[in-house]
Amino acid sequence: MGMDSTRLARTGDTEWLIAPVGAMRVPAVIFADKALIDDMDDKVLEQICNVATLPGIVGAAYVMPDAHWGYGFPIGGVAAFDADAGGIVSAGGVGFDVSCGVRLVRTGLPAAAIMARQAELARALFDAIPAGLGSEGSIRLDDDQMDAMLTGGAAWAVGNGWGDPAELAYVEEQGRMAGADPGAVSLHAKTRQRREMGTLGSGNHYLEVQKVAELDDPTVAAAYGLAIGDAVISIHCGSRGLGHQIGTEYLREMAIEAARFGIALPDRELACAPIQSALGQRYLGAMCAAVNCALANRQIIDHLTRRVFRALFPDARLSLLYDVSHNTCKIEEHEVDGIQRRLHVHRKGATRAFGPGHPTLPEAFRPVGQPVLIGGSMGTGSYVLAGGGAASEHAFASACHGAGRRMSRHQAQRRWRGRKVIDSLAAEGVVVRSTSMRGIAEEAPGAYKDVSAVVDAAHRAGLARKVARLLPLVCIKG
Amino acid sequence: MRSRAGPRSKAAPAGSPVGSWEHFPHGADVGVRGRGPSEAVAFEQVALAMIAITTNPMAIRPTDCVRVTCTAPDDELLLADWLNAILYEMATHRMVFGRFNVAIDGRVLHAELWGEPFDRARHEVGTEVKGATLTALLVGQGRDGQWTAQCVVDV
Repeated sequence: MGMDSTRLARTGDTEWLIAPVGAMRVPAVIFADKALIDDMDDKVLEQICNVATLPGIVGAAYVMPDAHWGYGFPIGGVAAFDADAGGIVSAGGVGFDVSCGVRLVRTGLPAAAIMARQAELARALFDAIPAGLGSEGSIRLDDDQMDAMLTGGAAWAVGNGWGDPAELAYVEEQGRMAGADPGAVSLHAKTRQRREMGTLGSGNHYLEVQKVAELDDPTVAAAYGLAIGDAVISIHCGSRGLGHQIGTEYLREMAIEAARFGIALPDRELACAPIQSALGQRYLGAMCAAVNCALANRQIIDHLTRRVFRALFPDARLSLLYDVSHNTCKIEEHEVDGIQRRLHVHRKGATRAFGPGHPTLPEAFRPVGQPVLIGGSMGTGSYVLAGGGAASEHAFASACHGAGRRMSRHQAQRRWRGRKVIDSLAAEGVVVRSTSMRGIAEEAPGAYKDVSAVVDAAHRAGLARKVARLLPLVCIKG
Repeated sequence: MRSRAGPRSKAAPAGSPVGSWEHFPHGADVGVRGRGPSEAVAFEQVALAMIAITTNPMAIRPTDCVRVTCTAPDDELLLADWLNAILYEMATHRMVFGRFNVAIDGRVLHAELWGEPFDRARHEVGTEVKGATLTALLVGQGRDGQWTAQCVVDV
């Protein structure tokens, strides 16, 4: 059921407010235009109001333009907590796929070169990148290597020969999330990961070769090294079985222990623990380890992809633009009511969007803000935005992460057949290779909201600024 | 959660009492629901509902058995533990399971998972399930005596 906008106070063209009521400690703020609000699941409102009741929450509970019904937090939910004010950390506020994110690689090739060898490239990538149910990576880690990966992230992968150390500056956290504690990661989680290093996964994960089709901000695009007609590569995946197991285990433990902490959960799915509790600290240590797992995983897949490109396109000059994550809890400094505060910022299906001048950004991005990589659907393409719009600090420097689903997977399966979706996209010049026809039906373009509408709303809301639109040429899915 | 996999064995099991399963809509993920004349049958059926997201359970040959045990403080967490235990065994044994024999004693579940190694040539390839969430988590008996077990699973 769509959201009833009469329950919201419209405070701007793309901003809506729910004042605190009942147990809410702060207001809830939704960033969306009227059409997106009308299309937004009513459960999003219920869930974000529940988030607003959690202890130690600061400012407001925020909803991004692509929000939809999640578990605990809505997907597209952002909330920050002050540890010194009894703030909590929530496994549901991060999700099972910890640090799922997108990595964008420039190829130095024109899209025309890709099109000349499109089918061959699709086949080579499909063969080289393990994806989908039953897939396994070729990398096997012993216990020491596993812990090193969980501590070192993409930096560990590069140290093992799977990338260029100079590019680590272009990965969030410089490729290595501090605070990782492999001891807080269970044997079950490590066992689940043993055969999954360098695998893409399934569902909405993908590897796409894309062309830069439109530029909205040529100045920033130039700073990002993007020009019309360029071919780029997007890799969308996360922390695989390890992250899923960490989410599973800590969600359970937090749900059981919440009462002991005196936390009244409006719903069990908002399982959380005080940041300063032993459980909260263990979860943060495990979550940081899972972030490193995701960063290492995308680094390895990037390496495998570049190997394919170098074999087919000897003239390719592959370089990393940026690697962003959208299911995390990060410790960040933000100004709230004129005061600098150290906060635990949860982004559940939301992307960090640091603006110009942020000290943690690499030199090349400091004048313009970080790239914010928004994956769309196979049909409508993806976007590159830049962090730091007018409202960026209003939402703890956060932006949307994708199109958001318009319908359930069940409904999508009933409406589309995978083979027809692939044929339809082929007629539009997009080659799709997948291990699962059913998965393709679930991921049909029509199953997703219009990512252009989501991105426009994010731009108008001042969350991030449009830079470039990317259209798919080759899509590999699990 | 305590979940322990026992040795794999080869004997085929007897059939279970009749129940039913279904999926229910949830935005980005999938709701799974099992029903039956007992809590145990409802748990078997909801497991089939979850398997059906990944592959057709009817096409899975019950040649190998993995045993699990779960203990939880209440029925609903026991359900989440049960489904997550299946996912763990699938991931680590690289198997798919099409038949389940469940026995529940209070808050302790013992089960046999019957299936075979996943084979892309024979098994339909669906979507991996990441985990059972606490969303729409419900275990209960209706006035008609039928048990229902359901939750949303993250895909």
